[in-house]
Amino acid sequence: MNYLPNILFAIALIVGIGFFANNVRKLIRNIKLGRDVDVSDHTSQRWKNMAMIALGQSKMVKRPVSGFLHIIVYVGFIIINIEVLEIIIDGLAGTHRIFSSIGPLYGVLIGVFEILAVLVFISVIIFWIRRNIIKIKRFWANEMTSWPKNDANYILYIEMVLMALFLIMNATDLKFQAMENGNIISQYLTPLFSGLSEGTIHIIERSAWWMHILGILAFLNYLYFSKHLHILLAFPNTYFGKVVPKGQFKNNAAVTKEVKMMMDPNVDPFAAQPEGEGDGTPAKFGASDVQDLSWVQLLNAYTCTECGRCTSECPANITGKKLSPRKIMMDTRDRLEEVGKNIDANSGVFKEDGKQLLDDYITREELWACTTCNACVEACPVSIDPMSIIMEMRNYLIMEQSTAPMELNNMMTNIENNGAPWPYNQMDRLNWKNE
Amino acid sequence: MREQLIVPTMAEFMAQGKQPEVLFWVGCMGSFDDRAKKVTKAFVKLLHKSKVDFAVLGTEESCTGDPAKRAGNEFLFQMQAVTNIEVLNAYEIKKIVTACPHCFNTIKNEYPGLGGNYQVMHHTQFLKSLLDEGRLTIEGGQFKGKRITFHDPCYLGRANEVYEAPRDLIRKLDAELVEMKSCKSRGLCCGAGGAQMFKESEPGNKEINVKRTEEAIEVKPDIIAAGCPFCNTMMTDGVKSTNKESEIAVMDIAELIANAQDL
Repeated sequence: MNYLPNILFAIALIVGIGFFANNVRKLIRNIKLGRDVDVSDHTSQRWKNMAMIALGQSKMVKRPVSGFLHIIVYVGFIIINIEVLEIIIDGLAGTHRIFSSIGPLYGVLIGVFEILAVLVFISVIIFWIRRNIIKIKRFWANEMTSWPKNDANYILYIEMVLMALFLIMNATDLKFQAMENGNIISQYLTPLFSGLSEGTIHIIERSAWWMHILGILAFLNYLYFSKHLHILLAFPNTYFGKVVPKGQFKNNAAVTKEVKMMMDPNVDPFAAQPEGEGDGTPAKFGASDVQDLSWVQLLNAYTCTECGRCTSECPANITGKKLSPRKIMMDTRDRLEEVGKNIDANSGVFKEDGKQLLDDYITREELWACTTCNACVEACPVSIDPMSIIMEMRNYLIMEQSTAPMELNNMMTNIENNGAPWPYNQMDRLNWKNE
Repeated sequence: MREQLIVPTMAEFMAQGKQPEVLFWVGCMGSFDDRAKKVTKAFVKLLHKSKVDFAVLGTEESCTGDPAKRAGNEFLFQMQAVTNIEVLNAYEIKKIVTACPHCFNTIKNEYPGLGGNYQVMHHTQFLKSLLDEGRLTIEGGQFKGKRITFHDPCYLGRANEVYEAPRDLIRKLDAELVEMKSCKSRGLCCGAGGAQMFKESEPGNKEINVKRTEEAIEVKPDIIAAGCPFCNTMMTDGVKSTNKESEIAVMDIAELIANAQDL
């Protein structure tokens, strides 16, 4: 017997999954470059969020057209991938459609796969038209050039090809067609190949089969370099997403300690720090680079699929300002990738490269344009919080660099001196009742 | 016209050994801004009308620290917060009402982590509860049949998911509540949040408040109802910039209810 195809298949599978595992390792390593953050609270709420938002697509359907199409592609993707299990068993064992022995149910399954494959194919074409013909504004913003623009289209092409290969594979499988069980769609494609010899049709079937599985393995490895990572990361990201009211910004514990000390008359400011304390004090306030962000924020960056719903709802962006919440996420990921590559190239240690997230990627003009209105956070279908990154970077600008727009410095001086953002005397606070 | 309002302070309550039902947190805008002061007074009149035993901190009140925190100055924010919490806790305050969503959000969400735990209500929620308890009656009066659109403040709506209390109150005025294209969780910001109120905006092609006012004008309202002193200012400026101030009024919900009863 000839075991060559089985061996080749096993090698392809091992290489494909091996590379993918390596990508995942790198991904986790990069995410862990972020500051630690406690996410052990609200466990049941977190599971609920993941079930509703990621699994249940509850936020996707806030925009009904793209939401509906996305659900088709999402459901299609998950269900059709059951077929991959059969392909893997067939490929390793040298069998042919091993599950077909289960009888009529097999036909039902394949029939469903075929219908979904067509629906996915159509949806993906509509997605492509929305992006490239109708040119929906959010897909054509400033940050959506070169790689981000191409990446989005490549994904659509890959999905079209994979779905087409699946249907061709079924249509040219003469044994499967002869079964008349589940070939709901592919039976109409079979006549296309009627003029060809049985041998040629078999070659087409084998080619489609191989290209389908190799395509899936290649796509799996494409994820790490693409915005398409969301198909995996949407799940952990919605779990680790914000669980407190959107208006609640976190209080910096290191600052609290300092403030409490200042307010406590019994504290001896010259006392030596007790043993073991002071470890919790961050080396710096806020964030100027990706390592200063929390690992959840870095996970956010890898999860972003650049749909631009955030940017299309951002009041600053709508009115022509440079700020785009999507760009904040893309910049964070790009810089994180750069830092990751730097670490790889320097045997595991980051070598100072004279660059940082602030200024080299995200400008101050963008940061100061944010109204903290939470529209971006609300709009994100996978619980990304771009605003929290903006806030961390503002913390850095104010608390480490003391560089704020002049008017904001005046406002803060007023609060410090007289307890209001304007230069009014605190003693006049109740004057309104007599006016 | 000068009018004398009775506004007791916590210090006065303390001197008499009494506790008010609720502390009215006036806020900086409500204390100093000419437009917002009118809202403060309207709300005080409604409190009196509903026989609510309330007090203010008066000269002991200080900025919650919201604009400092959103600007990025965590240190100044916490200094303000801890100082305010000391005052509030010394008076053993349990319940706070405020007409400013920024104060509301900060005290409700960010003070507990610093030792300040209170029941905090936005004035529209508080007025709604007075209505439900039968302590406040709302009549349509001059607003009967008027088209009113409500502009959701970010820090009341998205930030704390309070969407219905202000709308319920507007409906009680026998007015026609009309919704803007983007409202509730998708309401567009007025442009003042995140300390933007205190600075010039970055270069762009339009001011945010003008954009939001245009959205409001699309639904042809007689009145744009606000629930935030900052939004009130921004929308008022927006209406002025589109030369519609003779047709469209910007009013706080407390003012609508108070005016309807000629208070």
